[in-house]
Amino acid sequence: MNAGVPFWAEVVVAALLVLSGGFVVISAVGFVRLRDFFVRMHPPALAYTFGSWCVTLASIVYFSTLESRLVLHPWLIVIMLSITLPVTTLLLARVALFRRRVAGIAETPPSLTRGPRKELPEEATSRLSPRKP
Amino acid sequence: MSSLLSFAVVFALGCYAAASLLALVRLIRGPRAQDRVLALDLLYFHGLLVMLVLNIKNASDTYFEGALLIAVFSFVSSFAMAKFILRGEVIE
Repeated sequence: MNAGVPFWAEVVVAALLVLSGGFVVISAVGFVRLRDFFVRMHPPALAYTFGSWCVTLASIVYFSTLESRLVLHPWLIVIMLSITLPVTTLLLARVALFRRRVAGIAETPPSLTRGPRKELPEEATSRLSPRKP
Repeated sequence: MSSLLSFAVVFALGCYAAASLLALVRLIRGPRAQDRVLALDLLYFHGLLVMLVLNIKNASDTYFEGALLIAVFSFVSSFAMAKFILRGEVIE
């Protein structure tokens, strides 16, 4: 059925698929095992970048050799993900920081752009401007 | 499809299934809401990868539109949930 796919293309596609599976499993293990949320946000980025790029390159190589023409539409997935995923991740980081600040956990950096500074505790204001006489 | 490529496809699908189970563990056990939103986003992404690998496996283009739709809907749903747990409402 797929007599049009040469052997080297099959090797490349298989290697890229196995690589993406390994990256995804590593990121999921890190996502479960790490402790803090801000540390835990980083392993999914491994899957988001390397997993999607490996599968997309495998798809491009496979369909280009199968149909004997340049098939580039799998790039659309990577382009879409590279636009949308940083927005989600950044928003989730801000959510985590905001909720941590609201919960009043110690060692949380105060807001720099918003909020009256005089309502902050004394050590926070002195940390913001350490040169104050 | 040769045995090498079918082995690679089965291996990749098995890896995605194991990773989805691990993300499900975090979704159930996650101590706070943002962990659960991130785990759901990761589950969406694993579904997208499964669609792309099935695209290669069946040598058809019908799965590609499904993968694009999953990408769009994962962004919309994660963004809406993140806005909701940030402010308490989605559209201000």
